Amino acid sequence: MARMNMIQAINSALDNMMERDENVVMMGEDIGYFGGVFRATAGLQEKYGKTRVFDTPISECGIIGAAVGMGAYGLRPVPEIQFADYIYPGIDQLISEAARLRYRSAGEFIAPMTVRSPFGGGIFGGQTHSQSPESMFTHVSGLKTVIPSTPYDAKGLLIASIEDNDPVIFFEPKRIYNGPFDGYYDRPVEPWSKHDAGEVPEDYYRIELGKANIVREGADLTVLAYGTMVHVALGVIKEHGIDAEVIDLRTLVPLDIETIEKSIEKTGRCLIVHEATRTSGFGAELSALVQERCFYHLEAPIERVTGFDTPYPHSLEWAYFPGPVRIGEALDKIMKD
Amino acid sequence: MSGESAKSNLPPLSLHVPEPRSRPGDPVDFSDIVVPEAGKQPRPAENTAPKDMTDLSYDLVRVLNEDGKAVGPWDPKLTEKQLLKMLRDMALTRAFDERLYRAQRQGKTSFYMKSRGEEATSIAPAMALDSEDMVFPSYRQQGILISRGYPLVEMVNQIYSNKGDKLKGRQLPIMYCSRRLNFFTISGNLATQYPQAVGWAMASAIKGDSRIAAVWCGEGSTAESDFHAAMTFGTVYNAPCIFNVVNNQWAISSFSGFAGAERTTFAARAIGYGMAGLRVDGNDALAVYAATQWAAHRARTNQGPTLIEHFTYRAEGHSTSDDPSAYRSADEAVEWPLGDPIERLTTHMIGLGIWDEERQAAMDEELANEVKAATKEAEKNGILGHGLHQPFETMFEDVFEELPWHLREQSEQAIREREIKWPE
Repeated sequence: MARMNMIQAINSALDNMMERDENVVMMGEDIGYFGGVFRATAGLQEKYGKTRVFDTPISECGIIGAAVGMGAYGLRPVPEIQFADYIYPGIDQLISEAARLRYRSAGEFIAPMTVRSPFGGGIFGGQTHSQSPESMFTHVSGLKTVIPSTPYDAKGLLIASIEDNDPVIFFEPKRIYNGPFDGYYDRPVEPWSKHDAGEVPEDYYRIELGKANIVREGADLTVLAYGTMVHVALGVIKEHGIDAEVIDLRTLVPLDIETIEKSIEKTGRCLIVHEATRTSGFGAELSALVQERCFYHLEAPIERVTGFDTPYPHSLEWAYFPGPVRIGEALDKIMKD
Repeated sequence: MSGESAKSNLPPLSLHVPEPRSRPGDPVDFSDIVVPEAGKQPRPAENTAPKDMTDLSYDLVRVLNEDGKAVGPWDPKLTEKQLLKMLRDMALTRAFDERLYRAQRQGKTSFYMKSRGEEATSIAPAMALDSEDMVFPSYRQQGILISRGYPLVEMVNQIYSNKGDKLKGRQLPIMYCSRRLNFFTISGNLATQYPQAVGWAMASAIKGDSRIAAVWCGEGSTAESDFHAAMTFGTVYNAPCIFNVVNNQWAISSFSGFAGAERTTFAARAIGYGMAGLRVDGNDALAVYAATQWAAHRARTNQGPTLIEHFTYRAEGHSTSDDPSAYRSADEAVEWPLGDPIERLTTHMIGLGIWDEERQAAMDEELANEVKAATKEAEKNGILGHGLHQPFETMFEDVFEELPWHLREQSEQAIREREIKWPE
């Protein structure tokens, strides 16, 4: 075991997979010699060579399109999109091509690629380095969407994603690369090295896709969250002294509906938290599913806490972010009934 | 205010919106097309630097002259057997197109796309490539499948989306796929195959393989960002890939001017990327073969990618959903200055003394019968919308490798709906 932050855990997962499977290749803007703007691929080009870890032109369409072709050849590409905000020029290659390849060829060609991309705000990235576009991908049939919330999960989920024979969008919550941010931007963040989930085996291990993690058991309320918001929600619950069950979804598609249903049948209350904009966000899907499947167990209306339906503002970042105040207000409301 | 007074002397800005030289009812005007004499184009060594061969991006590589003789350095000197196969496959493609077009008109399927006039741009490259080379076709390269020996009945099954369709009725007619024949699954989104072909070629190079990739798109879709991404990746990584642009003059109703043809050639796109570019008479099967052979050898020896513009003409509508008489002069196809690819090859072979009109007529009849037999055979598996389709649950297969819970639930719903709609 070693103490790792999320970047190191991701680097370790990539290292393990490059070592185990010579068909794993990585490409992206600045990921080669330099090791990536967030250092996730540091040292890997030196270790595995320039034809397995290399820089690309600044063309997300080209990166993802080339990855589709590499997958068709038989490689297992792991392209990096430097920021999730930059993924849109490659979105046709993801939605119309990678996601549909198995279907339209009746299984003759597949796109076993994992697109890694840092996402989410809280780093003063302005509107083009802060977005959470996950629901654009969960809406597409044929794509899996994975979002880790700890170094341990990041490594296990990334390995499972790379080994998966379907295309996976792997969003890395960059606000928690270094530690579990609790939503209080004016306080220092405890580093992962002081956290249990910063204990990461150096060897290979998998966390199966489609399995949520109950990070806190509780009886009064179910909180559904993923990525950074898992930690923000945990902090607020502690402050409010509520015996909430907090479920880290880990994979949005395929979703672990069983764990969600069981929890809400027990607690009768459901709070959904995500950083992404509200309208048509993944919270809407979660809310609909809970209503459809758990209605007779609900004791209060489902609450959604999200980012606002605006671009991510630079100076008003913390007014935008669904932090402790917004979550606290929803908690009070849902527990009152 | 000197700036304002300077501006006052200028005419107002005007927007240029391209317009083709003739519209319905107009006499055809091809006066802007320069047809150079066959055999006059130099054939550079296959390792020539792109900057030393830029003239070939503006010229037109031609082998067959007005008399049907093969002349000049690009003559690929094909054997009699190769010529016979080339002619037969082109004629078979045309016969197939004719019959399946009629089948669509008879209501047996929803859609069809002919390749009349462009057969050489598929058949000749398919012959010049190795059968192990991977092709990433657009939607009008049925000739490649035919050349590689794909069973006609499988093509018709796909077009009818019937229970024999290997693609399980999921794809629009003619969007074929054959992994066995190294024929990539066709997308309806244009030019997406371009960066994919580069990625495949890069993978082949990463693995130290000997196979190369070849990709096709129309001149219209060279405007897509995918095209430019692919050209950049292709040269950056020196990928073993051949980029084919079939310039058939028309993208549905938009003439090539809307992709930039008023300003330069499509082959000249290569120059800015530092790639080898060849502009080829696309109705001259021997020139297309020779250009592909040149580019394939170049790619296979790590000399890098080539962009080939096939200058040709779409002699029919874009698809069965199109009516070209609504936007272009009806006589264009007849007056096309580069003729018809099958007629030109036939003339050449008659001139060589290896072919004659009687054999041509007999072959055409034989091919028509072969296609007819294939359609009859395929019809046993059903035609579109007549019940003989795939089981409902197959709709949910292959979305993912394994069926997740939400698709399983939706599959159960589809089966329930079937029982309500069709109780028998």
